[in-house]
Amino acid sequence: MNTFEFWGDNFPQMLAGMGVSLQLTLGALVMGIPLGLLLALGVSSKLRLLRWVCLALVEVGRGAPALVVLYVVYYGLPVLKLSPEAMTCAYIGLTYTTCAYTSEYIRGGLKSVSPGSIEAAHALAMPGLDVLRFIIIPQGLRVAIPSLMGFAIQIFQATSLTYSITVREVTAVSYSVASQTFRALEIFTLAGIMYAIITIPASWLTNKVEQRLTLRH
Amino acid sequence: MSGFLAVLAAIPITLLVTVGAFIVGFILALGLVLMRRSKHRWLSFPARAFIDLARGIPPIVWLFFLFFGLSMGAIKLDALQAGILGLGVVSSGYLAEIFRGGLLAVHRGQYEAGEALGLSAWTRYSKIIAPQAFKAMLPAMATYFIGLVKDSSIASVIGVKEMVFTANQYARQDAETGIYTFFLAAVIYIAVSIPFAVVARRMESKLQESGAR
Repeated sequence: MNTFEFWGDNFPQMLAGMGVSLQLTLGALVMGIPLGLLLALGVSSKLRLLRWVCLALVEVGRGAPALVVLYVVYYGLPVLKLSPEAMTCAYIGLTYTTCAYTSEYIRGGLKSVSPGSIEAAHALAMPGLDVLRFIIIPQGLRVAIPSLMGFAIQIFQATSLTYSITVREVTAVSYSVASQTFRALEIFTLAGIMYAIITIPASWLTNKVEQRLTLRH
Repeated sequence: MSGFLAVLAAIPITLLVTVGAFIVGFILALGLVLMRRSKHRWLSFPARAFIDLARGIPPIVWLFFLFFGLSMGAIKLDALQAGILGLGVVSSGYLAEIFRGGLLAVHRGQYEAGEALGLSAWTRYSKIIAPQAFKAMLPAMATYFIGLVKDSSIASVIGVKEMVFTANQYARQDAETGIYTFFLAAVIYIAVSIPFAVVARRMESKLQESGAR
């Protein structure tokens, strides 16, 4: 069996694995970014206790490797007498890493909103929550878009770490194919191509969006 | 308790993987950035493709590719070698982009002045361009290095006996106590990155103060 036939034979299960990787990426982003926004607001809060708690959550999430976060969730929850599936642990771990990192990008974006537009809103007697909702968050998130896109590429790659807590994503599938067929070079090449087909155009797109947004400002 | 000591004893391996990968990445990146900046497409295109692949394929896949893939071929790498080489390849992609940014930050006039003075390409780069570019890219390089300390944990998947591999051995035997070895590992990683985070936050607020004036 030549390489292409070998790839063809294993492609369906590799594709299923890639589906799991993408599902994890999407889940981590959909849950993590709103939490990241909350953390960003918490870190900028005037309440000291809230600020410190949020800051600690952010720095622990950014300081600990994503792999360690996954292991802590995977081995830690059973100690608390909970026994979630590996997939749930993966969602929890990746979401935590996502919210910690994205909170910093979002905070940077929120800070870049010009004081003038905030003062204008206050001068119009807009309630504080509305200023946040209609003035600060929409403008701030826009600025954060390129860094958030860059992070999305990173977290997509980080889903490969969930292999180590037994999730059947594409890296885990390639590993088991390699151990059954002893054709590691070929199967990991295919895995690499499959990742690159997504990440490389995604990073081009990120650069394009970044150029667009900086041109406008 | 023995788990704690074992994790502490694994710190040198974590450092070895990190520093080794950084050095491999640094050397590869120097070559890559020179090729990438070349006017000849047959030099710049392969460099660009390599940089994109190094950054676009997850480190764990690079490690499996080198450790399991190549070990069945002619070259035999042990886990530590494969770990350092694999993370070095990934680093080379990121560092090459950092170098490129640094070189772009040096004003064009500096290049032109060097040429106008009739200095050789080597003197121009080593005495004029490189020192200035290095200054510009130092923060990005420091950030990348700290990230690499954390990424070195990925080498555990091919059996490099660094901190996370060691913690995992204990956690597999007994999750009740093993979880604490992971906490210790996490604390060590966080302890390394916190000083950088503090410095970054200080610089940020300083920049804001000077901007407000």
